[in-house]
Amino acid sequence: MHLSTDIFIWIAALLTLCIYSFLYKDNPFYKFAEHLLVGVSAGYLFVIYFWNNMWPNLLIPLRDGFGILLTEGRFTGNLAALVPGTLGLLLLTRLIPKIGWISRWAFGFYFGAFQGIVITGYMQAFILAQVYGTFMKGGNPVFSLVLMGDFFTRPAWGPFVLAVSGPLMIAGVVCTLTYFFFSTEHRGFAGGVAKVGIVFLMIGFGASFGYTVMARVSLLIGRLQFLIRDWLGLIS
Amino acid sequence: MNIFEKFLYIDRRWIFILVALAVAVPLVFPLGLAVTTSPPVENVYNEIESLKPGTPVLISVDYDPATQPELGPMTIALLRHCIARKLPVIVTVLVPGGPGLAVDITSKVAEEMGAQRDVDYTLLGYKVGVSAVILSLGQDFRISYPRDYYNTPLDEIPLMKNVKNYNDVGLVVSISGTVIPEYWVAYAHERYGQKVAAGVTAVMAADFYPYLQTGQLVGLVGGLKGAAEYEKLIDRPADGLKGMDAQTIVHLLIVVFIILGNVAYIFMRRAKKRSEASAR
Repeated sequence: MHLSTDIFIWIAALLTLCIYSFLYKDNPFYKFAEHLLVGVSAGYLFVIYFWNNMWPNLLIPLRDGFGILLTEGRFTGNLAALVPGTLGLLLLTRLIPKIGWISRWAFGFYFGAFQGIVITGYMQAFILAQVYGTFMKGGNPVFSLVLMGDFFTRPAWGPFVLAVSGPLMIAGVVCTLTYFFFSTEHRGFAGGVAKVGIVFLMIGFGASFGYTVMARVSLLIGRLQFLIRDWLGLIS
Repeated sequence: MNIFEKFLYIDRRWIFILVALAVAVPLVFPLGLAVTTSPPVENVYNEIESLKPGTPVLISVDYDPATQPELGPMTIALLRHCIARKLPVIVTVLVPGGPGLAVDITSKVAEEMGAQRDVDYTLLGYKVGVSAVILSLGQDFRISYPRDYYNTPLDEIPLMKNVKNYNDVGLVVSISGTVIPEYWVAYAHERYGQKVAAGVTAVMAADFYPYLQTGQLVGLVGGLKGAAEYEKLIDRPADGLKGMDAQTIVHLLIVVFIILGNVAYIFMRRAKKRSEASAR
């Protein structure tokens, strides 16, 4: 056992224990660590945003421009930087209820510009390519009689999976979409298909939940690795 | 109160203690359980193996400390692989909490492997505006990154002299606990035809499988398990593989809890029905 002599490791370890103390019950140590985290995170993010965005993109161009204006009498800065700078300041008008409506101009500009940028990319990447990928893979249809024939001529696990996975995926997509189709009452044939859709949804949720458990356990592993190795020095 | 009732209403702090022990004990006393590799992770490995030495790889560290235990090990494994294969690495960051982690990881791996900054790897740092940055890299890296993280102009960085845009990059790997890899798919892959791979947290992994099916992602490294697989592929055991024993034991424990919980619930329901019937 080689206890760390690094003060920052000790601070991190004690704050970790403060946070985990919540598992026993809510207590002042947890509250302290929680508030510290929120405060430090907010401060850290502000500093990062300021030095990576406002400083190089807004303040430096204006500072340099006005500096030359004062010394040489001509403006060489980027006045266009004032447009996003002003829009950013308009967002802050929300803090004053009487003139809070002005912030909508900035929001309107932001939403409009963002939608213009993303719509084409999203349509192609998340709708058209996904619809195509539901039926085709590598230029070949996923519902393939050739693959099914392969399985019957060479019955084995590999060819079976290849032959079945495509039709299964198509069935899953159709059944799940039917479940979310609310213009027809889910009775009779449509009801049966929708019920199969629920099965696919449950399998999907199960997979997601399994992955979620794995993720949360991974975070615990990371913290305990830190405590046991970096702080207590029990493992190398 | 019978045993099933006791089990159903057990103080959850006992479960926390068992889970903590199930993680801590295998970390201190490793079991060395086998880890098998999966095709999505193998595809990332093979894609990097297929690149000619000297071809730049862009690794985007798009995560913050909240997901570092999962994504840190895979970032380290990917960096080790690229540097060992003599593939220059360009590191970008698209989340505000990521620059510190990127500096820490790149400098540690570089020191360990004798890699030289600006020659074997370069850290461009953080930029605001995910979609705008990814789109601009397709035109010229210098639009979003006139200077690197250390304030060196890009044209003065030897690694970047022959890198203008995605045409000069062999592979983009976005490592994130958010949907940022989707942005890389939408803008770098769909718009510029750039090959993209993703390293994501286990929570996100299921959401990214459709992009493997369509070929929009060449590969996927999912969670700590994915990191462990990658460490196995490059034959450099590290935190990912070390964590797999604990992961397996905890999963077994949780499966046992789920089974016991359901058995107890079924017995309790039957007992309740019987008591209701006898009351009538």
